[in-house]
Amino acid sequence: MLKDITIGQYFPGNSLIHRLDPRFKIVITLIFIIMLFTGKSFLCLAIGAVYTVIAVLLSKIKPKMFWKSVKPLLPFLIITAVLNLLLVSTGDIVWEWKFIKIRSEAIDISVFMIVRIVLLIIGSSLLTYTTSPITLTDAIERLLSPLKKLKFPVHELAMMMSIALRFIPTLIEETDKIMSAQKARGAEIDSGSFMTRTRNMISILVPLFISAFRRADELATAMECRCYHGGEGRTRLRQLKSAPRDYIALAVTILFFGAVIAVSILTKK
Amino acid sequence: MGNIIEIEDLHFHYESDAEGNTPPDVLKGINLSIKQGEFVAVLGHNGCGKSTLAKHLNAILIPTSGKVTVDGIDTSDENRLFDLRQRAGMVFQNPDNQIVSSIVEEDVAFALENLGVPYEEMRKRVDESLKAVNMYEYRLHSPSQLSGGQKQRVAIAGIIAMQPKCIILDEPTAMLDPQGRKEVLAAIHRMNREKGITIVLITHYMDEAADCDRVVVMDKGEVVLDGIPSKVFSQVDKLKAIGLDVPQVTELAWELRKAGLDISPEIITEDECAAAIERLFSRTIEN
Amino acid sequence: MAILETQELTYTYSAGTPFEKTAVDHVSLKIEEGQMVGVMGHTGSGKSTLIQHFNGLLQPTSGKVLLDGKDIWEDKTKIRNVRFQVGLVFQYPEYQIFEETVYKDIAFGPKNMGLDEAEIKRRVLATAHDIGLSEELMERSPFELSGGQKRRVAIAGVMAMEPKVLILDEPTAGLDPAGRDKILSHIKAYHERAKNTILIVSHSMEDIATFADKILVMSKGKLFCYDDTVNVFARAEEISQIGLDVPQITKVFGELKKRGLDFGKEVYTVGYARDLLLRRLKEREVQ
Repeated sequence: MLKDITIGQYFPGNSLIHRLDPRFKIVITLIFIIMLFTGKSFLCLAIGAVYTVIAVLLSKIKPKMFWKSVKPLLPFLIITAVLNLLLVSTGDIVWEWKFIKIRSEAIDISVFMIVRIVLLIIGSSLLTYTTSPITLTDAIERLLSPLKKLKFPVHELAMMMSIALRFIPTLIEETDKIMSAQKARGAEIDSGSFMTRTRNMISILVPLFISAFRRADELATAMECRCYHGGEGRTRLRQLKSAPRDYIALAVTILFFGAVIAVSILTKK
Repeated sequence: MGNIIEIEDLHFHYESDAEGNTPPDVLKGINLSIKQGEFVAVLGHNGCGKSTLAKHLNAILIPTSGKVTVDGIDTSDENRLFDLRQRAGMVFQNPDNQIVSSIVEEDVAFALENLGVPYEEMRKRVDESLKAVNMYEYRLHSPSQLSGGQKQRVAIAGIIAMQPKCIILDEPTAMLDPQGRKEVLAAIHRMNREKGITIVLITHYMDEAADCDRVVVMDKGEVVLDGIPSKVFSQVDKLKAIGLDVPQVTELAWELRKAGLDISPEIITEDECAAAIERLFSRTIEN
Repeated sequence: MAILETQELTYTYSAGTPFEKTAVDHVSLKIEEGQMVGVMGHTGSGKSTLIQHFNGLLQPTSGKVLLDGKDIWEDKTKIRNVRFQVGLVFQYPEYQIFEETVYKDIAFGPKNMGLDEAEIKRRVLATAHDIGLSEELMERSPFELSGGQKRRVAIAGVMAMEPKVLILDEPTAGLDPAGRDKILSHIKAYHERAKNTILIVSHSMEDIATFADKILVMSKGKLFCYDDTVNVFARAEEISQIGLDVPQITKVFGELKKRGLDFGKEVYTVGYARDLLLRRLKEREVQ
């Protein structure tokens, strides 16, 4: 059933990571990503891995959940690794079979790449797992608010994003209903030839679009009735207040980043 | 107490089409005044103009001719639009299509955010409004987890937070199940009783109108009946002619009266009806 | 023979997860051919889940659904045929309309059945007539029609498949009294002509009382009762206890009974109440 699809992959909780100011979390995640791509050695990667493990443990989210976000990317990872193994032509030959030659450096590069991407996925999942989409939108709006001076429609984009988030469950439910209704009239949606299925998709999409427009229209009126007039002079119920823990988290992240840079410089010689 | 809503000779039609043909009037000269604190039901079948009228009370529509004032503000005065909308809040039929935020309490705060109410004050008003409609414990829920009746109560809380003098509800229960209808009506009545908020309830459910102070019946863009519920409902013929129901008890009394029995036509509750029938039977015994 | 039968029908949502919920719990019932059945139960009682089993949109977790004595899930590949024989009209069916003309939209179901053009035409026009849509409307866009007309187009779309059993989930939701009466009377007329079995889900006891031969009541996933209308209303008190309303008129006679006026009959329509009262009053006078 469509209803079972979870959107945004947010796992409510009250861990330290959950409670961090979302603005800090976004900045920290960005630093983390840069950190992963700065380090070129296994030691740097190890530092990144330690950092990730600590963060995951602090979030109190089951490691299984992170596996869920890595899994869909596995085929991609494996293909890239195999290509790397076959195409890298430097280093000692470790194993040979007919024309296939596996070199030590190829193994290093493949492993390095896989670990790096897995860490990247885990790190960014941690952000979305511990921050609700709406909070995330809000934080992005505030981080980008200096751009307002350049006439960049920050508030409008954030409002669109949050309305979209609000209506995703409603529209999913609606799709479910329309699908059942058309199936009851004999439309083949899960079975039948490709052509019939495509044709039958129209019987779902047309009502869905019509309903979405009707909703948009009614929502716009309702928003006007509640004095909506853009971002100007708006106050907010959701207050983002940074606490000492946010600064500490940021400092720790910078410390790790510093360590990675230091290791990179030292190992270069 | 003075009148909060004054409608004088209100005419309205939608804009002319491309060929310059003027569509017919949807509202044909409405005169109506509503007192502060009154609970008024506006009844009529679909297309009688009742929703169009409601939209005039909130300046979603502006009269083609005539005048609408709400709490002394002329609805055509664009400079006072927010002032007006703050004093006369509006709740719509579809509970889903008026909730903006993914979190209940933020939705209730939406109007206050737009009006620039400072945080401390906003927090207080949001909590009070949610408590007033018995939805406080759901303040951190997502609207998609709520039933229709609960969503509609959230929408009402979002209006109450503006501390309006008047709430206009456009068929707020049409899409709800009986349980949801009861919850929403109870909330509306409480707002009227406890906060003295004027209520204009647009509906086609007769039983909802039976509990009001006053019933205004509309047909073809005009007010055809106006009075206390028992007086209005006693005009069974007229109501049926314009496609409206009357409560079953009123209909029974009317039928019995038509058959020549001496029974009051102004019966609108079950108790009144039972008492009246009891009287009929005791009388025959005396005879 | 029963046209539709369920044997120990059980359906569990999200089985094996913490959200597991048994929506329909060991329901066994037999619906005789040609009946007009009212289906009641409040939101979450399992009635919607139950009716989606009748046409194979949902597959039972355990138990069976029999159509004409045959298990509908015996051959999974034939389940589409079941949907043609048991037509299901969802709530607010006008939202499923998608074709450019009324004709095409009504023809969607028959076309999916693989019928030839002549037969499709015959069926579309026949059902349009049954549901009260004039022939001029056939080439119009369904989106230009009024709300009540759109609803009837959508209902016609299912009727045109000429199902043996027609199920309507709250066909009058959100309509005004005139629209409601129109739809119910057209369905009744269709029933009398086609002599098929019809199930109507409704929250309105007053409505059910006017058309149903039998009433099916669901409560908390279980079959509360399935019996003749008069017998179901005889249990007015129990029905109120499971959170459902009984017609206002039934409540009045309940109240009269408490006051010592027992008519010994179940009363659930105004017309019957009037006749009964007039008769009894006359009897008293004679005495």
